Amino acid sequence: MMLSRTASSLYWLGRYIERADFFARLIEATVRFDVMSSRPAGEVAWSSALAVTDTEADYAAHGGAMTQTDVVRFLTVDTSHPGSLIRCLDRARNNAKAVRTALSREAWTAINRSWLVFENRDQVGDTQATLRLVESVKNETRGFEGAVHQMLRNQSHWFIRLGQAVERADNTARLLDVKYHILLPEGEVVGGVVDRDQWTTILQVVSAVTAYRWLYSDGLRPANVIDLLIASRELPRSLVASAEITVDILGLLAERTGSHGEADRMARMRASRLVKTRSGEVIASGLHQYLQAFIRENGQLHEAIGRQFRFG
Amino acid sequence: MELGSRGSFTDLMGKRPAFDEIMGMTGDTPPRAALAALGQWLEDTPDDDLRRRQEAAENTFRQLGITFAVYGDTDTRERIIPFDIVPRVFLADEWARLSAGLVQRVEAINAFLDDIYGERRILKEGVLPEDLILGNPQFRPEIAGMRPPHGIWAHICGIDLVRTGPDEFFVLEDNARTPSGVSYMLENREAMVRLCPELFRKYRVEPVDSYPDRLLETMKSVAPHGRGQPTCVVLTPGHYNSAYYEHSFLADSMGIELVEAADLVVDDDQVWMRTIAGRVRVDVIYRRVDDDYLDPLVFRPDSMLGVPGLIAAYAAGNVAIINAPGNGIADDKAIYSYMPEIVRFYSGGEAKLPNVETWRCREPQALQYVLDNLDQVVVKLVDGSGGYGMLVGPTASRQEIEDFRAALIAEPHRYIAQPTLALSTVPTLADSGLSPRHVDFRPFVLTGSKGVQVVPGGLTRVALKEGSLVVNSSQGGGTKDSFVLMADDQRQTQSMGGMTQSQGFRP
Repeated sequence: MMLSRTASSLYWLGRYIERADFFARLIEATVRFDVMSSRPAGEVAWSSALAVTDTEADYAAHGGAMTQTDVVRFLTVDTSHPGSLIRCLDRARNNAKAVRTALSREAWTAINRSWLVFENRDQVGDTQATLRLVESVKNETRGFEGAVHQMLRNQSHWFIRLGQAVERADNTARLLDVKYHILLPEGEVVGGVVDRDQWTTILQVVSAVTAYRWLYSDGLRPANVIDLLIASRELPRSLVASAEITVDILGLLAERTGSHGEADRMARMRASRLVKTRSGEVIASGLHQYLQAFIRENGQLHEAIGRQFRFG
Repeated sequence: MELGSRGSFTDLMGKRPAFDEIMGMTGDTPPRAALAALGQWLEDTPDDDLRRRQEAAENTFRQLGITFAVYGDTDTRERIIPFDIVPRVFLADEWARLSAGLVQRVEAINAFLDDIYGERRILKEGVLPEDLILGNPQFRPEIAGMRPPHGIWAHICGIDLVRTGPDEFFVLEDNARTPSGVSYMLENREAMVRLCPELFRKYRVEPVDSYPDRLLETMKSVAPHGRGQPTCVVLTPGHYNSAYYEHSFLADSMGIELVEAADLVVDDDQVWMRTIAGRVRVDVIYRRVDDDYLDPLVFRPDSMLGVPGLIAAYAAGNVAIINAPGNGIADDKAIYSYMPEIVRFYSGGEAKLPNVETWRCREPQALQYVLDNLDQVVVKLVDGSGGYGMLVGPTASRQEIEDFRAALIAEPHRYIAQPTLALSTVPTLADSGLSPRHVDFRPFVLTGSKGVQVVPGGLTRVALKEGSLVVNSSQGGGTKDSFVLMADDQRQTQSMGGMTQSQGFRP
């Protein structure tokens, strides 16, 4: 039977790698928002990146300018910022090290490679360099995901996947919330070119532009994007898909440990509610409020998981 | 100098400071007959090609994270231990003689520990001075009277050997606590098979990859009686420990849990580990934690590490600890000088593997000799390890020698001294090309309830600096793969050597 400490490390490993991937995607999206905004409105793009990662206060204390160079540096290579990408990968790697025996060689190598991307790096550089950096992070996290899928389907595998699923639900909710923080440049209207571009960027971040075209034939509508990202069971990064995979994984773990618990019940309730959710009601009650409530609930599920497997 | 040319190989390897294990004794002679094909391979393979393969191996090690941290180093980045692509080779008959000596020595170590923590016959019969044992900080009075399951103490021994000639092997040091380095034996072999497959076609090499199976079998064999399928674990201080890679590697290759002290709990003299489904009983612990940090109730009370109650469970016979607590008394450098007497006492015969001549500075005459010859000898702290607190007379500065002189006069009992040996060399890829570099060797010896076995291979450490005799990884040493050739193949290899010579290897 797996050690509780091992389970905790695997779970966090899954979370941190997923979060590193999200950071890379978020930065990519923000570069696009920035480019589309009229100067100096680009500042809004970067402050929204800070808002969705809950790091506005830290950044203010840190004292950087609201520019791409400074914010990207803060979010990626700044080792003094505990929430930076490099610190995420550091923690992922430390967790991986602590449970090396539970990982396949390929999975470990993938984590180590993503960490080596940042070796001797304390500046990011221009837009091209920024995009190259996030691209290589995405490549390595994708490599990790591939390696995890090749692993034996045992508890190790399921705990990593559980961490990924919980983190992914959180990240998608935060990404969708970007739209709340980014105001349209003056003179632009809702449904106008820039508004559409912003929604397209959000779809790109979750690799869902083509998926959207397949599923909705009536052009780009915000309500459809919200439906897709919240309630589409087909889209792997949607809230409902993350919620359902969480239920499945908890079920598989229960099969092996021989008991269900509080986390199973919470996860099942959440999934069955999400399946029935429609964009109309979300928009009516306020998208931002809905997403904030979802993020809080996801945090409660995280705590229940820790209690259930004795690592809380 | 031309790199990679025949000229440089002959030039650099021609200047040999000592017996070279591939090229033979000093002077411009052809390689040792049995290793002619290897000598030819070295001569034929361009240095650039060797270097490329070496870099490929080191890249793999870096990606796998086979790293270590250097204590006392301000640069805390993880490093890999440099790997040298040229293997070191033991012939089958050399190995057979070595193995017999190793088995004899390890049997004596086990008998000694059983005696010292039991009857103490060796003290009663006056073979060893009593204060040497009972006043030694490595002696654990807390353990006296306890006996490990199956009476085995030193399950895993690493015996450090040096060589000065074709048949001259000496024991430099015994490691009966938690010898490390076995992961390098296995990973170096993996790298060699991948990068130099042609060598394994030229020579039939004894495989080493059975080590994890042999170790697990050894662990299971010493489980407390009556445990059907014993649960075995590896206990590590955690991933900040410099040998953590090895701990995880071993647990992984044996398919058992790698636990930290916080994962274990002792209840009613039974050891349990905390799992996601509750407690599971543990029967055998391969600990890579020093005695001091094993159990705060018995050893260091200030230790935050450790498993409270572990020694009580051990005393009750409910868990096997590998290696047994208290073993430090057997591999202490002060005890080392008595090993020939210890081997004779328990085996009834002379030691097949001799010690290096050793002056015990606690004895006034020996101290005087050492002080008079500080520029000739190697001085070691009896409680030091890893090449720290050591003086190599012939290469030391005047200041270092005077510092040691003062230290020796102040606390002579803390030091031993040995002559500077002309350690054997093996061709090694240096910046300027293949050159002789000094090596030592650590074979691994396993003892279970069914007997003692020597794994055919080991860890060869090489001093990468020209002329240096210090092979420790913390002091700029590297590693090599160690081939043990299979017996039946040797005749064939020798005849190949003969052919090379008759075809006029020399102009």
